[in-house]
Order: sequence, then structure tokens, then C-alpha cells
Amino acid sequence: MTGVSIRKAEKSYGEIAVIHGVSVEIEEGEFVVLVGPSGCGKSTLLRMIAGLEEISGGEIAIGERVVNDVEAKHRDIAMVFQSYALYPHMTVRDNMAFSLKLKGMDKAERETRIGRAADILGLEPLLGRYPRQLSGGQRQRVAMGRAIVRDPQVFLFDEPLSNLDAKLRVEMRSEIKQLQHRLKTTTIYVTHDQVEAMTMADKIVVMRAGRVEQCDTPLGLYDNPANTFVAAFIGSPSMNFVEGKVEGDAVVAEDGIRLPLPAGQGAALAGQRVTYGFRPEHMELAPKGGIPCEIELIEPTGSETMVSLRMGQAAVAGVFRERIAGPEGSTLGIRPDAARIHLFDPRTGQRLA
Amino acid sequence: MTDTLTFVPLMIVLGAIGVPAAVFAALGAGERALTLFSGGAGRRARPWVWLFLPLILVILILIYPVIVTIFTSFQDARAENWIGWQNYAWAFSGQMLDIVGNNILWLVAFPLITLVLALASATLFDKVRYEPLAMTIVILPTAISFTAGSVIWTQMYSFQPSGSPQIGTLNAIRALFGADPLPWLIQPVVNNFALIFVAVWLQLGIATLILSSAIKNVGSEMLEAARLDGAGEWLIFRAMILPNILPSVLVVLTTMIIAALKVFDIVYVMTNGNFGTDVIANRLYYELFAANNLGHASAIAVILLFTALPVALINIFQFRSEARS
Repeated sequence: MTGVSIRKAEKSYGEIAVIHGVSVEIEEGEFVVLVGPSGCGKSTLLRMIAGLEEISGGEIAIGERVVNDVEAKHRDIAMVFQSYALYPHMTVRDNMAFSLKLKGMDKAERETRIGRAADILGLEPLLGRYPRQLSGGQRQRVAMGRAIVRDPQVFLFDEPLSNLDAKLRVEMRSEIKQLQHRLKTTTIYVTHDQVEAMTMADKIVVMRAGRVEQCDTPLGLYDNPANTFVAAFIGSPSMNFVEGKVEGDAVVAEDGIRLPLPAGQGAALAGQRVTYGFRPEHMELAPKGGIPCEIELIEPTGSETMVSLRMGQAAVAGVFRERIAGPEGSTLGIRPDAARIHLFDPRTGQRLA
Repeated sequence: MTDTLTFVPLMIVLGAIGVPAAVFAALGAGERALTLFSGGAGRRARPWVWLFLPLILVILILIYPVIVTIFTSFQDARAENWIGWQNYAWAFSGQMLDIVGNNILWLVAFPLITLVLALASATLFDKVRYEPLAMTIVILPTAISFTAGSVIWTQMYSFQPSGSPQIGTLNAIRALFGADPLPWLIQPVVNNFALIFVAVWLQLGIATLILSSAIKNVGSEMLEAARLDGAGEWLIFRAMILPNILPSVLVVLTTMIIAALKVFDIVYVMTNGNFGTDVIANRLYYELFAANNLGHASAIAVILLFTALPVALINIFQFRSEARS
């Protein structure tokens, strides 16, 4: 097992650059998730690591070995594709045996490895079947089995759960995570789903337009987003943003609404324009002395209540443990938790404090 | 002359109006008759009412001639006396053996050469950016008729004795390198392959097109997975692409086999069966229109039919199973 170093990696197709000097250090045994909106280059980066795309600049190393010019088949990595990419004309057993046969492994050793992988993934009853005879979830498992038997240095996953239904996706999510904890193989996982990223990753790399926006632990990203993009991308519903000017211990929006700052922070930024960010789950109901908001929509989920509010000119989402009776159109007093708010530069979007 | 001038247009008008009218009337009468039956019987009978006319047509222009031909194949040259299996004995003896041998050569060489070349073209085209151009070039001969293609290649193969100017392209090229001209269409074995090559040239495009579309349907992620699993390009072709395009390979093979069985135009135009290049279909033509031996011609036709039948059936079953999956 080894880590992966991506140093100033670049990718361009002719004139069009899609990856602009990305650097990420991935430790041995770490579970790293590349996340971002579609077209951000996360899949391309994964394919560059796999050797399916050429690296236009910078370098990628698996362990100590720089693999820029190493063919995919010699990189000792296994990849699980979004379409699973099973070999349709081979049984489940042969799908898993294919790479082992190519390595020249003898039959006994092959069978041991396939047996072990099948045991881990519950595939024994399916070994003689063809992919077309399997359900989506089973195919997914076979694709993972094919990766596991190889005992590679690195696992790569390219949106492996996006073809599954919601319930199965949640199940496979925890299964993949447990599997990785058990095998302790360095894993790089691509998804556009921030919930998958948050729940599975040791470390998340948030990408946008071919650049790394931030790289941190899931809670690190949640608590200290480096900019408004990461702040909005991580967390659901998204963080609320209100622009305003720092006055005393508050940020005053253009419509006059005063948003509280943590004690002492106002002095350092007095008079400055800021983007005030607060998460929907980081506010409390304040019938007296709170900011009066108009209720536009109430969505109860049972355990909590999601509310769409109009706060002056700004649209704000709130998530409360309390049940809110409404009705829609009535006024609700709320107060952001001053200790957990975020301030960003309104021009650059970068974090201020 | 005046008779045909009025007769032909009259027939056309009769055919264009009369035939649809007759069909309409027949179906109308059938439907009227069906109303007389109670529900179940009427439902069962309806398909036959509608199939009645097409079935008559098929019997008239397909089944009846086949039966007559089979009968004739057991009769003498003028189809007057029954002579048992003599025509078939003749078809598998003497010079006919060489002809059957030539057809077997066609049967093996033509489909195989076409398949290998088509597979190579389709696979290689898939890997280059100028694929449309390459495909166009290969598909172009498909637009030429077999007869026209044969005329073109007769010129290409044209042979003049050594020392005379060579007007045939191939021999001109040989002369350029100081080699003696080759009588492509006269020298045995070489001439058979020269003819087969013309058929390959004419059919390669359609075979490549079929295989190319099959190759494009093979999932690219599957090929990438195989690459990551350690497979080289040749193994990917053999173990991944080929098994997944097998149905299309079978279609190409059977189509080419049937074409090889029926080959006529190329041989008729280029050598007329001389110099040991004769094939069954050309001989059939000769027996029927030159030798006027109905018995021989019918026997050859029956042999051709029963050789092609199983191949055609394979093709039909293949299409059906593909339609089902």
C-alpha cells in the first residue's frame, strides 16, 4: 500500500485546459473523495491517475514512483466504473479471474482470492452467473469484487453509486466505507454528491472548474469553508448568504436588518463590507427580539422542519428541531447563532475570519 | 407494333387500378364472410383471410417454380423423360468436380478474407481521427455494380506478353520493378484468387460498416477496465471486442457465404469460366442458355438451393434472436 501524490497536474485537450495545476497529497490507506459540480474535472483527474488520460503537465506519483509515462496496466490500480463495466460475456467468477489470469497466477491461488472476495461481498451464490442475470446492486458488488481480488495499491471509484436507487445507495455507501476500513487500501473516490463525500471521506477535495477550492476533513470543510463556493457546496440545505456592512457587533444589510457577530469580531472589521454566511441549521427561533421573517414554505420531515423564509430582501433557508405550525405568510422571529457564522470578502468570496 | 402501343399502356392502367381494386374487393368479401361466423371462429379465421392473397403469390412465384425445378432435375435435357438421379451423378463427376472445387475455394477464401480485412479495417478505423474518410474510401466500391467492378478489374489485370507495353495497372507496376508480367486471369489458381479479390473489393465496405457499428457498441468503459486489468491491445480485441461482436461477425460470414455460393457476374464478365475458373452459377447459365440442357441446369439449381438454405436459416435465426434480446 502506498499514497498518491498529485503535483501541479495539468490536463488540456488542444487549446482547452480542463485541469489547472492541481496538487493533492493522499496518504497511505486514506479514503479521499474528489467532489464538485459536473464539469469540474474530478473524473478527468481520476482518469489521469488511472492512466486512461495522458497527463499534460506536472506529475502524478503512486508511492515513490512517478507514473506519468507508465501504462495503465502497469500502475497496479483497480477502478470501479460508473457503468460497472463488467465483461458481459464472462461469468462473475471469470470477471474476477481475468486480471489474475493475466498476471499468470495459478488456478489454486486465483480460486482462493476469488473465494475471499466473494465471501466479503456476499457473491458466492452468483459466481456462475452472467452480468445480465444480476440486479444493479449485485453488478455493483461484482465490480468491487473485481477490484478487490487484484489487491492493488490504490482503488479508484468513479461515481460508483449514481446508477443505484436511493435506498441501495445509502447501503452501499456504508458498505464501501467498511470495506475500505477493513482492507486499508488507499482509495480515491469521485462523486458529485456532497452527502456521499461527507459520510465516506477521510479527506475531501472540493474542485471547481479544474482547480482545487479546498482540501480538508469533512468537518473541517463544514466548519471552516475557505470561500463561498465551498461554503455553499458543503451542507444541505445550502448556507445562507447576506451582504452587509460591519457596524459595531453586527452586520447591517442594505435593508437595515442587523445580523449578530461573535463578541469582539466587529471591532477588527468595522465599516468593512462583508458577505455574512450562516447555515440553515445554525439559527434558533426567537419569538421576541429575533429578526422577523416571512414564512414562504414549510417542509416538515418529521425529525426536523425545513422552512423557506424571506428576511428583508434575502431568501433564507432554516432547519429547526422544533415543529413550526405556520401558517405560510405569517411572521417568524429567528436569530443566527453568532458563534457559528462565517464572514467572506464579497468581492473575492474568500474567508475573512 | 400498333398492338403493343395500345396493349402495354392498357396493361399498366389495368395493373395500377385493377390489382388494388381486386385486392380490396377480395378482402372486403372476406371480412363480410367473417361476420357470418360467431366471435371465436371469426377471430381465428381472420389472419387467413388477410394472408390468402400473399400466400397465393408466394406459392405462384416461389414454391411452384422450386417444385418444377426439382422435378425437372430428374428429367433429360428437354424435360421429356424421367432419368432418375443421372443429372446429379453428372453434377458430381468429371469436369463438374473442378467447378464444385472452385466454388468451395470461393466459399472458404472469400468470406474469410473479407472478414479478416473487415475486422482489421473496422478496428483500426475506430482508433483514428480520419475514420469517416477511411470508411468512405472502403465503402465506395459498394456503390459499383458487380458487372462494372468486373470490367474495371479486367482492365487492372490486363496482360500483354513480356516486352509489349503493359496497359493493365498491376502488370505495369510489375514492369516498373523489372518483373515479368503475370497473366492474372489465365494462370490457374492465381486467376481464381484474382476473381475472389474483386468480390472482396466490392463487398469489403458493407462488411466493414456492419462490424464497425458493432465495435462502436462495445462499451468503452469495459475496454478501459480490461486495460486496467492488464490486457494489451491484441488481448482486448480477442477477449473483449470479438466475443461481444460475435453476432455481427456471424451475419457478415453467412452473408458472404451465400454471396460466394451464388457468385456469377464476376466470373461471367472476367473469364466466362475459362482457364479453370468456372463456378456453379456460371455453369448453370451455360447449361440453360447455351447447352439447352434443362435437366443439368435444374440439378445445379437444386444443389445451389440446398447448399445455401442452411446458411440462410442460420442468418434468419440470428436476426430473430438479436431482435428478441
